[in-house]
Amino acid sequence: MELKSGSNLEKILRAGHFAFTGELGPPRGANDAAVREKAQFLKGNVDSVNITDNQTAMVRMSSWAASLIALQEGLEPNYQMVCRDRNRLAMQSDVLGAYALGIRNMLCLSGDHQQFGDHPRAKSAYDIDSVQLIQMIKKMRDDGKFQGDADIDTPPKMFIGAAANPFADPFEWRVYRLAKKVKAGADFIQTQCIYNMDKFRRWIQQANDMGLTEKIYILAGVTPMKSIGMARYMKSKVPGMDVPDEIIKRLQGVDKKQVAAEGIRIACEQIAEFKEMKGVAGVHLMAIEWEHKVPEIAEQAGMLPRPQV
Amino acid sequence: MIVAERKPLEEIKSMLKGYRRVLTVGCGTCVAVCLAGGEKEVGVLNAELNIARKLDGDPIELGAACVERQCDMEFLDELQGLVDQYDAILSMACGAGVQFMAERFEDVPVFPAVNTTFIGANRDVGWYEEKCRACGTCVLGMTAGICPVTMCAKGLFNGPCGGTNNGYCEIGNDQPCAWYRIYERLARQGRLEQIMEIHPATEWRNQTPRTLVQAAYRKRKELAES
Repeated sequence: MELKSGSNLEKILRAGHFAFTGELGPPRGANDAAVREKAQFLKGNVDSVNITDNQTAMVRMSSWAASLIALQEGLEPNYQMVCRDRNRLAMQSDVLGAYALGIRNMLCLSGDHQQFGDHPRAKSAYDIDSVQLIQMIKKMRDDGKFQGDADIDTPPKMFIGAAANPFADPFEWRVYRLAKKVKAGADFIQTQCIYNMDKFRRWIQQANDMGLTEKIYILAGVTPMKSIGMARYMKSKVPGMDVPDEIIKRLQGVDKKQVAAEGIRIACEQIAEFKEMKGVAGVHLMAIEWEHKVPEIAEQAGMLPRPQV
Repeated sequence: MIVAERKPLEEIKSMLKGYRRVLTVGCGTCVAVCLAGGEKEVGVLNAELNIARKLDGDPIELGAACVERQCDMEFLDELQGLVDQYDAILSMACGAGVQFMAERFEDVPVFPAVNTTFIGANRDVGWYEEKCRACGTCVLGMTAGICPVTMCAKGLFNGPCGGTNNGYCEIGNDQPCAWYRIYERLARQGRLEQIMEIHPATEWRNQTPRTLVQAAYRKRKELAES
């Protein structure tokens, strides 16, 4: 079988395994030891690890650099790139560099607006948007051409990822946005954190009906709730996040010391349902600043051992 | 129109430090309409400056003028003769007017009294909203008359990002999501197919200073330059 990138994630998905990916947020400093430490919890427990790119518009170690450290630690990075901080020249050169040094997966995102972060008056790039970024990376890979049409000496063969948020409105539009990303050339999708299972089922049904899930691998986003405070914050403060009251009630219904365990239990129940859900090819676990819990969650969710391909 | 906002008095005062005779010039078009730099605002600014400099023990002699458009050399010519009597010019025009003024009277320092803010529309008296970034590649036909370059905080071309929050932008609840509104309006008009196709990367045309000569006037420009 001919692979587009040859990444582990691509092989896992192509072989028909249920993929399990994780996430690692780079530190707010040049602390490579922090990346290495987080990497230990993920190693062997996930197929690929998203390395976030200045998430929430806060300056952090660059995602390609942290991706390389992850690579040295034996992880397969999924290198995230947002459209906020780079124009098309910088994006393409970073992709070439990332590929040259062994990075094989990318996630193409719009990025949080700079107003959220610690440099709210920065001038953003937004030279291209996430759909156009997908198109550009695909053109580099498949046509061996830069966005500006010149030939590339050694094209970067990336496995191209994109995001989807079934919960941001207008809901009716969301599946069409997914269709655009499929058409632009995305190979896989990682969704926003899912809490409203009903809505997600409706969205994936639409994607199935439109034949999209036959063209793209969809990884369902899961973030275990650490506390009731976190659940409330996600519900009220994070744009485009849909946390039903039942989730909060369920967390409130257990002993204080058991809230985190209950959060993990909810996540594992979701994962069990996703495994059986038509159109879902895997789970993307975003254990935000909770990397050390990944081994436990992976175990409890029955995701271990990870298949070797 | 071009919308502007007057600079704080302190900033204007600090620019004029050391100048004793200053001509304040208003502009009778956009900045007059948006109540930032017309004839009336020239009077108000001069009165404020006058008092402030008196209180500082450093009085200033201020002249007042207002031309139809500072972005037109023809109107600036009217100031010839008057300008000679002053050490500096305080222009209340937009950035285009200030620059034309400085070009027309090259030996005289010209200072801006307003911050040029945006190309906008008049929602109500004294209330203006930005509507256009002059990108040079208008897509309003595709987007139901709502500009994604200006009204979407990320300037996206392919639909709303994942941050749409009950119809509002992720940057805050005062800012409607442009793409949410584009979707709603196109749906109402039965034109959703407009945004189903991928809009490719924009070939930006506002990355170098632009000059436009309408076709009928190209010969005239050639003659003027020869």
